[in-house]
Amino acid sequence: MQKYSIEALNLNKRYGQFNALSDINLKIEGNKCVGFLGPNGAGKTTTLKIFTDMIKPSSGQAFINGIDVNHEKKKALKSVGALIETPEIYPSLTEREALSMIGQIKGIPKEKLTENIIKVADRVKMKEWLDKKVGKMSKGMKQRINIAAALLGDPDVILLDEPTSGLDPRGMSEVRDIIKELKKENHLIFMSSHILSEVSEICDEVAMINHGKLLAYGSISDVVTKFQSKNKNIVSISFASPLTKLQTDKIKKIKGVIRVEIIDRLNLNITVDSNPKKQSEILSSLVKLKLGLTAFKPSSGLEDAYLSVFKEVA
Amino acid sequence: MENTNFGDKNIVPSSFMQTFLIAKYTSIDYLRSRKFLILLIIAVLIGILLTTIVGYFRPSSFLSSPLSFYSSWWGMSVTFIIILSAVFFGGDAISGEFQNKTGYFTVGNPIRRSSIYIGKFLAAVLFSLMILLVFTAITVGNAAYYFNSSSVPYQFIESLLLSVLYIVSAMGLVFFFSSMFKSSTISIIVAVILLLFVFSLLQTLVGTLAHVQPWFILTYGAQSISNVLSNPYPPAVVSLPLSARASFSISSYYVRLGEGVLIMFFYFIVTTVAGLFLFEKKEFN
Repeated sequence: MQKYSIEALNLNKRYGQFNALSDINLKIEGNKCVGFLGPNGAGKTTTLKIFTDMIKPSSGQAFINGIDVNHEKKKALKSVGALIETPEIYPSLTEREALSMIGQIKGIPKEKLTENIIKVADRVKMKEWLDKKVGKMSKGMKQRINIAAALLGDPDVILLDEPTSGLDPRGMSEVRDIIKELKKENHLIFMSSHILSEVSEICDEVAMINHGKLLAYGSISDVVTKFQSKNKNIVSISFASPLTKLQTDKIKKIKGVIRVEIIDRLNLNITVDSNPKKQSEILSSLVKLKLGLTAFKPSSGLEDAYLSVFKEVA
Repeated sequence: MENTNFGDKNIVPSSFMQTFLIAKYTSIDYLRSRKFLILLIIAVLIGILLTTIVGYFRPSSFLSSPLSFYSSWWGMSVTFIIILSAVFFGGDAISGEFQNKTGYFTVGNPIRRSSIYIGKFLAAVLFSLMILLVFTAITVGNAAYYFNSSSVPYQFIESLLLSVLYIVSAMGLVFFFSSMFKSSTISIIVAVILLLFVFSLLQTLVGTLAHVQPWFILTYGAQSISNVLSNPYPPAVVSLPLSARASFSISSYYVRLGEGVLIMFFYFIVTTVAGLFLFEKKEFN
């Protein structure tokens, strides 16, 4: 039997009548980043919690490197680094002590632990804070330590549940860079996120889940090809000054514009033909209208596919 | 000893070693925490209060003999200090892992939940023993001053050992409630109400009025801590009519030493097994 890095086999989780997960089957192997997408309450965190033995499945099995997490937890999680939700650390401990505790639990040899702690702290830009108490740190700083803890011991499989949550824009960008670097170092990263741009920037593959059901899994290009609305694309456009009704009507009449959605008086979403040449013509027409156009941003294919997948389910 | 080497770069320590790791880091957290300082201050304040009262009023019940001194001083206050220690260190030990989300930092690692539970239990018992040690030092210091002797009666050693057993059993009970609830406030309140009020009330109702030996109540077992300091040891039961004409009587039960040990040991085993079971089953959601 082939051993996958991550394998969910008929995974179900029920809370009374509510099915949080319904027959999830997922097999992931190799060194890559897989984005786990879905709206709030879709079952992303529930799945990750089952893979870290924080909750038990109602039925089915979760394997890491071929080992059932719920039956042989220590063995299964031996080569796993996990960040689930936003953990808190004992406030009286320093960052070094907190990381040391996790490092020792993971069995990192003493002679390597000090070096490993400095390396991961440096990676998350928290090296200068190693001897400061965690209780005095901001939420973002704590989240960086949580990421550092997940990276301790050079794990093969890294499970991240919305890793940029609680971070400022700079922190988010740094975490994305860290994940991109990790991809080059023989890790499988399975990462849940709400942020489509984040997933399309970092990940190689994507799994989409909603109402506890796995709706799509494959490479980003495959999923986009399969689910992107045929011949249509959504473009976000912004203006320097508020639009009048007359001006909005003029936009609706541009050749190639299929639909106009008013976000507010400065921002619109227009559904247009996905042909790049036609999009270029629409942009020229918008400029010619002299409405003070400040932005013309076609959605990524993933965003379109995401909306398409979840529209089909809804 | 189970050492989990899976043929890779790191060797995950045995569950036994991981238990001590959790105990070590929980101890560091306790040592720097406000709760340890507050409890230490309370224990010292009780000691100072008793020192002042005995020094000023010189009550004969305290100063007639070394044993009566220990009986009055230790017997009246140590169980209160033990209950406070159990509640301070154990009340939120497990529920806090859920409510404060500290469990999310440790549980997702290659460690059994039982190692986390027992490690935290050991740290809580260790710090309660430290509080007990401080109060013992104040007690023995006062006794040495009043009786010009540093020797302590063997009954006090027995009482001290029973106090240690009471710490372990009360901590087991408090940890059980801490595992039962995800809210630290609820687990602490339930433990306090039970140990300070409900058990005493039940003991009175069952023993005094219903004439049934309250062998199933932890605080009844813990009375052996003060009973061993009485010379002679009190009778098993004393029944007194309420008045000369009344047919109704009240009973006072005095736990035997062996019974006290058994009750406390039983509570420790049952509550620890039940608490561990709850923690193993509880979900982080």
